[in-house]
Amino acid sequence: MNIRRQFVETLSSILDDDPKLVLLLGDIGVFGFRHAIGNHPQRVVNIGILEQATVSFAAGLAREGFHPVFHSIAPFVVERAYEQLKVDFGYQRLGGNFVSVGSSFDYAALGCSHHCPGDIGALQSIPGMQLVTPGNAAEFDSLFRQAYNNDSPTYFRLSEHSHSQELKVEFGKAVTVRTGSKATLVVAGQLLEYALEATEGMDVTLLYYHTIEPFDTDTLKSHANKRVIAVEPFYEGTLAGNITKALPDTAIQLTSIGVPRQFLTNYGNLDEHEEACGFKPTPLRERIQSILDA
Amino acid sequence: MSHSKLSELRKEIIRTAHRAGEGHIASAFSILDLLWVLYDRVLQQDPKAPRSENRDRFVLSKGHASLGIYAVLKEKGFFSADEWATFGSYDSRFGGHPDSNKVPGIEASTGSLGHGLPMAVGMAYALKIKASDRRVFCIIGDGETNEGSIWESALLGAHHKLDNLCCILDYNHSGDRALVVGNLAAKFSAFEWEAIEIDGHDHDAIFRALTKEGTGKPRIVIANTIKGKGCTRMENNPEWHHKAPTDEQLEELLSEVS
Repeated sequence: MNIRRQFVETLSSILDDDPKLVLLLGDIGVFGFRHAIGNHPQRVVNIGILEQATVSFAAGLAREGFHPVFHSIAPFVVERAYEQLKVDFGYQRLGGNFVSVGSSFDYAALGCSHHCPGDIGALQSIPGMQLVTPGNAAEFDSLFRQAYNNDSPTYFRLSEHSHSQELKVEFGKAVTVRTGSKATLVVAGQLLEYALEATEGMDVTLLYYHTIEPFDTDTLKSHANKRVIAVEPFYEGTLAGNITKALPDTAIQLTSIGVPRQFLTNYGNLDEHEEACGFKPTPLRERIQSILDA
Repeated sequence: MSHSKLSELRKEIIRTAHRAGEGHIASAFSILDLLWVLYDRVLQQDPKAPRSENRDRFVLSKGHASLGIYAVLKEKGFFSADEWATFGSYDSRFGGHPDSNKVPGIEASTGSLGHGLPMAVGMAYALKIKASDRRVFCIIGDGETNEGSIWESALLGAHHKLDNLCCILDYNHSGDRALVVGNLAAKFSAFEWEAIEIDGHDHDAIFRALTKEGTGKPRIVIANTIKGKGCTRMENNPEWHHKAPTDEQLEELLSEVS
């Protein structure tokens, strides 16, 4: 199932069971949620296009004991309403959920205003903000159900592409997908699909992170290697702080394969942007091999 | 009775700011009458159970006037005078902006303008879901209406017919030096709010505006106020927006409190 369809299914199901869940749609996904709106007109609201007030409004709901969920496109949730996320949720330690679509450049043809490769990095600067990058629909369903009501602010980053692995995922716990001796790969979100194909037959460890914060330092520590390669679907270097914090006082060679830190001025489609970033299996394999050969 | 009490609170605020070397005294004085009427005659709250479900909610959106809300909450028994005296010190619960996780009676951690009102709107909406008959009150400043989120909140409050929400606008015109915001009653009326304009230092007028029968709309009370009200030197004097008295100024200021 498509992850956006899963979002509708999961939220509709929880709305039926949990009277504390309130969904605020930033004038997006309204048709998909038409049945939920009919069933729960007070708790599923097309709130409009006013992200700053919406995040504060959600904090008001949280203060009153509800579990708010705000849904919009990534830059409008994170960058437009950043201070509200920081003060109203982060500083006040209120629980709430922010489910974005668009990822780094899913809306490729719409250009810079709809791109958001900086979302995870920006949100890492809000202490206590939980960050989840589910790799497919089943993972979203599982991780959302595990975390949505844990009284912490949580950001779920939905991406158009998914990986095909059927993994049992535990919130805050990395999955050891493959073990080897030449390097340890830290792979986030949907890029697991390409990373698995790229490292087929290679003597490397592959750790899959669907939860970025809280970062599972124990799993990385137990697979520490002098070569660490981060494969990240957001700005390159975003995970560097997590990795170095997990491996203190250790000399490592850290390489990040992520979205270049520049404005993406091209249009086209998602595949073309992934190609340009070197995420596709063939260039990814060549890059990893060159690191191992160096 | 109220007026002598308020004179005492003004003096305590001046002494507290002097001790801490910190404080927005004039901003606190601007809203002290509003806060006093709220806590003395309007809000249903229990200082021993500050998060009781059956309470009216109050959000100080213009959080820099924290000395005002601290003084009134202390007077109403939410915490002791001794503890409030620690205001501004390193490990005090009482900072320059109020903290909802530290101070009993504080519903929202504010400071950055334009956050408290939309949070109050969300609380009012939550009370509607709960079918509660409790009300939500909020104080914003005129400078705060420069923030777009105030007008986003105005749209939300009107669209969702939040007649359990009452926002008091402390209109002391201190924001005029940057951006003249003009007829705020007319502006909120245009946003489909019930607008009432009063003298923000007239206790009976404040009480009537806060308690009159509702109209099915959120209410804005435009409270015409004097920044620094009750201390001659501070009234409408921008020098005292954010300033703590020196040792030399302390007694002079206290003698000027009316």
